[in-house]
Amino acid sequence: MTPPGGGGRGGKRRSGGEEPVVPKAEFTSYYGLPILNGPVWRSPDIPGYLFLGGLAGASSVLAAGAQFTGRRELATRTKVVATAAIALGAVGLVNDLGRPSRFFNMLRVFKPTSPMSVGSWLLAAYGPVTVLASATAVVERFPRVDIAATASAALFGPAIATYTAALISDTAVPAWHDAYREMPFVFAGSSATAAGGIGLVCAPGGQSAPALRLALIGAAMEAVAIRRMQRRMGLTAEPYQQGIAGRNMGAARSLTIAGAAAAVLGHRHRGVRALGGVALAAASAFTRFGVFEAGKQSAKDPRYTVVPQRGRLASLEASGPRPTS
Amino acid sequence: MAECHPVGFQWVMEAKARGAKLIHVDPRFTRTSALADVHVSLRAGSDIVFLGAIIRYVLEHEQYFRDYVVAYTNGPVLLRDDFRDTEDLDGVFSGFDPEGRSYDTSSWQYEGADDGGDDASAAKDAAQAESHGSGGAPVGEGEPRRDDTMQHPRCVFQVLKRHFSRYTPEMVEEACGVPQDAFLRVCEMIASNSGRDRTTAFAYAVGWTQHTVGVQYIRTAAILQTLLGNIGRPGGGILALRGHASIQGSTDIPTLFNILPGYIAMPHAHKHEDLDSFIEAEAATKGYWGNMRAYMVSLLKAYYGDAARPDNDFCFDYLPRLTGNHSTYETVREQMKGACSGYFLMGENPAVGSANAKMQRLGMAKLDWLVVRDFSLIESATWWKDGPEIESGELRTDDIATEVFFLPAAAHTEKNGTFTNTQRLLQWHHAAVEPQGDARSELWFMYHLGLRIREKLAASTDAMDRPVLDLTWDYPTKGRLAEPDAEAVLAEINGWGADHAPLSASTELRDDGSTTCGCWIYCGAYAGGTNQTARRKPGSDQSWVAPEWGWAWPANRRILYNRASADPDGRPWSDRKAYVWWDAGEKKWTGHDVPDFEADKPPDHVPAPDAKGPDAIGGRDPFVMQVDGKAWLFAPAGLTDGPLPTHYEPQESPFANALYGQLRNPARQLTDASGGHNLYHPSDGEPASDVFPYVATTYRLTEHHTAGGMSRWQPYLSELQPEMFCEVSPELAAERGLEHAGWATIVTARGAIEARVLVTDRVASLTVAGRRVHQVGLPYHWGPNGYSTGDAANELAHLSLDPNVHIQEVKAFTCDVQPGRRPRGRARLALVDEYRRRAGITEATGREP
Amino acid sequence: MPLDPDPATSVGYTDHPDRVGFFTDTTLCIGCKACEVACKEWNHVPDDGLKLTGMSYDNTVSLSADSWRHVAFVEQHKPVAQEDGGPGELRWLMASDVCKHCTHAACLDVCPTGSLFRTEFGTVVVQEDICNGCGYCIPACPYGVIDQRKDDGRAWKCTMCYDRLGVGLEPACAKACPTDSIQFGLLDDLRARAHDRVDALHAAGVPEARLYGHDPTDGVGGAGAFFLLLDEPEVYGMPPDPVVTTRDLPEMWKRVGTAAVALVGAAIAAFVGTS
Ligand SMILES: Nc1nc2c(c(=O)[nH]1)N[C@H]1C(S)=C(S)[C@@H](COP(=O)(O)OP(=O)(O)OC[C@H]3O[C@@H](n4cnc5c(=O)[nH]c(N)nc54)[C@H](O)[C@@H]3O)O[C@H]1N2
Ligand SMILES: Nc1nc2c(c(=O)[nH]1)N[C@H]1C(S)=C(S)[C@@H](COP(=O)(O)OP(=O)(O)OC[C@H]3O[C@@H](n4cnc5c(=O)[nH]c(N)nc54)[C@H](O)[C@@H]3O)O[C@H]1N2
Ligand code: SF4
Ligand code: SF4
Ligand code: SF4
Ligand code: SF4
Ligand code: SF4
Ligand SMILES: [Mo]
Repeated sequence: MTPPGGGGRGGKRRSGGEEPVVPKAEFTSYYGLPILNGPVWRSPDIPGYLFLGGLAGASSVLAAGAQFTGRRELATRTKVVATAAIALGAVGLVNDLGRPSRFFNMLRVFKPTSPMSVGSWLLAAYGPVTVLASATAVVERFPRVDIAATASAALFGPAIATYTAALISDTAVPAWHDAYREMPFVFAGSSATAAGGIGLVCAPGGQSAPALRLALIGAAMEAVAIRRMQRRMGLTAEPYQQGIAGRNMGAARSLTIAGAAAAVLGHRHRGVRALGGVALAAASAFTRFGVFEAGKQSAKDPRYTVVPQRGRLASLEASGPRPTS
Repeated sequence: MAECHPVGFQWVMEAKARGAKLIHVDPRFTRTSALADVHVSLRAGSDIVFLGAIIRYVLEHEQYFRDYVVAYTNGPVLLRDDFRDTEDLDGVFSGFDPEGRSYDTSSWQYEGADDGGDDASAAKDAAQAESHGSGGAPVGEGEPRRDDTMQHPRCVFQVLKRHFSRYTPEMVEEACGVPQDAFLRVCEMIASNSGRDRTTAFAYAVGWTQHTVGVQYIRTAAILQTLLGNIGRPGGGILALRGHASIQGSTDIPTLFNILPGYIAMPHAHKHEDLDSFIEAEAATKGYWGNMRAYMVSLLKAYYGDAARPDNDFCFDYLPRLTGNHSTYETVREQMKGACSGYFLMGENPAVGSANAKMQRLGMAKLDWLVVRDFSLIESATWWKDGPEIESGELRTDDIATEVFFLPAAAHTEKNGTFTNTQRLLQWHHAAVEPQGDARSELWFMYHLGLRIREKLAASTDAMDRPVLDLTWDYPTKGRLAEPDAEAVLAEINGWGADHAPLSASTELRDDGSTTCGCWIYCGAYAGGTNQTARRKPGSDQSWVAPEWGWAWPANRRILYNRASADPDGRPWSDRKAYVWWDAGEKKWTGHDVPDFEADKPPDHVPAPDAKGPDAIGGRDPFVMQVDGKAWLFAPAGLTDGPLPTHYEPQESPFANALYGQLRNPARQLTDASGGHNLYHPSDGEPASDVFPYVATTYRLTEHHTAGGMSRWQPYLSELQPEMFCEVSPELAAERGLEHAGWATIVTARGAIEARVLVTDRVASLTVAGRRVHQVGLPYHWGPNGYSTGDAANELAHLSLDPNVHIQEVKAFTCDVQPGRRPRGRARLALVDEYRRRAGITEATGREP
Repeated sequence: MPLDPDPATSVGYTDHPDRVGFFTDTTLCIGCKACEVACKEWNHVPDDGLKLTGMSYDNTVSLSADSWRHVAFVEQHKPVAQEDGGPGELRWLMASDVCKHCTHAACLDVCPTGSLFRTEFGTVVVQEDICNGCGYCIPACPYGVIDQRKDDGRAWKCTMCYDRLGVGLEPACAKACPTDSIQFGLLDDLRARAHDRVDALHAAGVPEARLYGHDPTDGVGGAGAFFLLLDEPEVYGMPPDPVVTTRDLPEMWKRVGTAAVALVGAAIAAFVGTS
């Protein structure tokens, strides 16, 4: 229970037990309560969407690549994956809104200042073409439509896979906002890993090489981006290493390594290859859930809001203060 | 004040903005303290020491306003040589009778004035103090001897000096637990802000009154303010911050048993046989109370109209007679004894709001009928089915014979009428909406009830029914609900002359029956036939005294006794503080306010020796309600417990009296043990006093209102203070293992309640008499009903009252605190019993004089 | 970002009324909570539940969907450098918080439905009939003001009594405030008044008096509701240096674009040279 006399020095940390890597900065707060209202988005709906959107978007690119390099089966299957993923993701979104009808309010306006608005329109464009691309591929008719749809899906795909980075970074949530420089690459990488991974699972014999490569490149991109991100962020990187977020990010790391190893070494055996693929996709999912939770944790603890802002003011003081009172 | 008068507090903030310094004296650090320049935390119940020591400081350091004191107070007047002060008798005054626990006040009289005063024991049980409250306590005839050098050892000033000589800064530290430097800082601030050019105002409310010496608290402040010349002058005074929106109005036109409208005493059985003997006994011969017959006759005319004639004493016989003390707490005793069988509760929730709430419920359980008029089903209306005694099994619903009627009441927003505020300002409020459903106004209820009763009695020839049948009961009604016209009532209160034209001032009242007036001090509120109380001219459009906002009694005067704002010769004491003055050219009193003085009585007027009433007031005597026109530093009459304030410990205290051998107020009014329901704790020096080691004090929160009927049913208010709590210092929390936001059980010999715990530095533990004392803060708003519920603090409080005005001592009593929730049902009683046993409490405990 | 552009003008209102706002002078607050109650009465905001928090006299806890004014209570021992205040004196800070009606309002920027809009008075208002409960505005607000009402999922906050402003009335909370701790008026006037007040307090020996949110060059371009505080903002539960998140949005989009291209690159790389 909070003792009387709020604004106690040192604040009272509510969240995760582990020792933070960054030494605790002294700070004041109002009874240790969060300053921000954290994300009200529910899990698994929203982190799930982050993952599925990435999977879908990157799969569409993979599909296009496959189609234009004459790997029809791979193309068809990855298109189906994209369709299923984006459909499921959309279900998650609508479910989070409460009432499906509410989704249409999203299309009242187009606001570039709102990544969610942009995303809604992207989705409105990407969804249909993806469905069309897979449909035509499955029924193997209307080749022209197929090509057009596949191409446009591949065009929107990368956007769908990465805009969500702006979506979460464009908030006051410390662990998200402070990460805005690298987050798009984390998501891009993570999407590639997911698409590659699932690609490995469903790729017919002899067509899995691109999927493997995509997965490996993605995993590398993601790993590098995350390292840079956390190095740069300082205190607000802490939540990524703590609590549920920390565990998710850890799981993602191990699964990436394991999955990559399995996929590379067991490349010859379909089963091992698929297993590696699943692990890589799972790694991608864990990354998204990790990022999501890190955001929530950082919003809950006033330290992550106050300390960096204090630091900012201090350096501002140093370089001549801006007019006050 | 910020807590309980937040809207009024805006003016304190205005004063602060203009440089005024704000001092707050309170055991707790409250929202008021937060805005004050200085907060002094003292032990609850020790203010007379604190204030008395300021008086001593002012006297010792020659800081008093000498010219004012010599001219306007009874400081120079000599006392009889048989007067003995508490200095001489170790804490009691001469004339004390231990058996009757009362004083014979004859030895308190002025020398030279033959025997006056009033038989204090009679005054006590009838609480005549209230009628004296507006001045007019009788003193003997004849010119008392004076010594204008104020050197004579028996002059009031010297007696005062001696009386307060032991109220030293050291004593303040010893008894109040206030460090000397903090105390001296307050003295300097007050003294330096008083005199010709500056005035200091005191504001108080029930933190001062709810003590067995409540009235003497106010007296102490009055003496101090008089010495400093802060009475009758702008920016001065002692401001009683009142309670319910029109609680001032309900003493002017009283809901009290012992006074009639305008503070005229209620006649006594046997004592006042007829009008003449009544006037003879009650009216003062000098000052404005000299006109009491005119006020009384006009009142009787208002009551009985044409039936009131000179030949029948204006129906004086019709008035009910007092047979003793019928105050609310006495009435509860009568109920418990079965002597009082019917009860109206109109705007009161005693099952929660009155001290020793259990006795209130037990009393109601003995009634034949009970009528509750309220907004919601308050505890006083439902105790018979879900009160604490039902839970404990002490009462069984089936055994309770009381027939309870609940009648929904209309709120102030649903009716016309006036509020009279602490400044004696009558302000009219207009109904915004009609009452919903069956809800009706008090006015409607009383009027129509009266009609029905008169209907039933119409045929009666029994003389006993005349007082009801002869009443003037003919108010015009309006609208769908036949609501009586409130303005017609105001007109009747204001009164009219023979020509039936509205009167414009009480000076027009006659004692021959040619005038009627429902309340002489309100005469003028309807002057010229217009509702003066409804005036709302913005302050910006009138003078700073704002005489055209509402109407203040008497005579729309904004500051009473304001002749004191000018020096004896009628010149303002200073330009800065000029208020009213004598215009020599015009030969009349003039100024910013309505002068509280006969307009054409020159400052040098010396009344004829045989002059009576107002004529007997000299040109230099501002206190026109007093028989001698003086402010009383020493009160030869009017008080039942001493002519000078004296510190006594509360009925229950962890400390002996540091100043005298006399522990408690010897004249305090004790309610009997009431079948074991009103037992007192032993105080310091008495065995087992350590069983109840802590000082409890009860109070209000801004978020709630009194017994909760207007706040605990409101979600928007309840959520702001959702639960009953107690406030304790970290020290006490450690001593008793209380956890912040956890639960505590508070126990006295009357009951045990539970409350959430707020551990806070705002409630100071103090060092008193070299010991640490912890205080327990208890809001008293909660009860079992409503949206926000909790135990009522009044389950803990005892009945021992101020002898002058019968107010309960709920600001300082002792208790124990234990961690955790209280036991339920019978176990709750067992806990209290166990404490009683441990403290060895009997019906005799705490009852010696 | 441009220096304190008039927000109403910048969204295209022509000949609109001057920008209004709040100056909340916490040195005048007596913690009576009349502002909280008046707000709920006028705007029919539901009660926020009955819970004793143990946070001094604050049982409202924070601004939320069901509390658009929140009075904070802080009990502290502080060396107060007043002429008559010794060190370690007990202080009881009270402050009534509210939506800041930011010049650059993140909540408004990120709202995908246009439910949040800028009024002609320069204030920021949610339209309950358009809000779809997406919840985006909530983590976007750097002050933790706007919040979701659990039962209907939509976002609610102070409207600065848009309906009252429309008919020339001052907001309910300001009207109810007995001590004028809440001062409503034209923002420019309020800012001038606030500076004078701070100077006066400093002269009176209250050096800790400071303004918060008054500065058009701060991270939100200056708040429409700003404060005079006696301690650091975070002591009252307010961020010391809030920044409107959308300030970095252009950079974010750039990086999203690059990342998208990188993804395409990765895909190409995945195919080149494979047979
Ligand atoms: N919000 C709100 N306003 C109200 C009311 C309400 O219930 N709620 N009630 C109205 C009514 S009926 C009344 S009578 C007035 C009462 O107005 P107040 O008298 O202000 O009310 P209380 O809180 O009972 O008491 C005031 C203070 O007295 C302090 N006190 C206790 N014992 C002592 C003592 O021995 N000496 C000194 N110096 N102080 C002491 C308490 O700590 C408390 O802070 O308020 C009126 N206004
Ligand atoms: N321990 C402790 N006890 C105290 C005090 C204390 O400080 N400490 N203070 C004492 C004081 S000063 C007071 S004034 C009393 C107050 O104690 P009470 O007067 O018993 O309590 P209230 O809740 O004020 O009761 C007023 C009732 O009138 C109702 N009401 C309001 N307006 C109207 C109306 O127009 N008509 C009718 N018919 N009903 C109406 C309200 O709903 C409410 O239920 O408590 C006293 N008791
Ligand atoms: S409740 Fe009424 S009487 Fe009390 S402060 Fe408010 S306005 Fe004044
Ligand atoms: S304070 Fe928050 S809710 Fe209010 S306008 Fe600024 S961003 Fe929007
Ligand atoms: S919750 Fe409502 S107001 Fe907030 S961003 Fe979404 S639509 Fe706009
Ligand atoms: S301005 Fe209106 S809506 Fe905003 S807090 Fe004040 S009363 Fe509530
Ligand atoms: S109404 Fe005014 S004084 Fe009362 S709490 Fe709100 S801001 Fe403070
Ligand atoms: Mo009262």
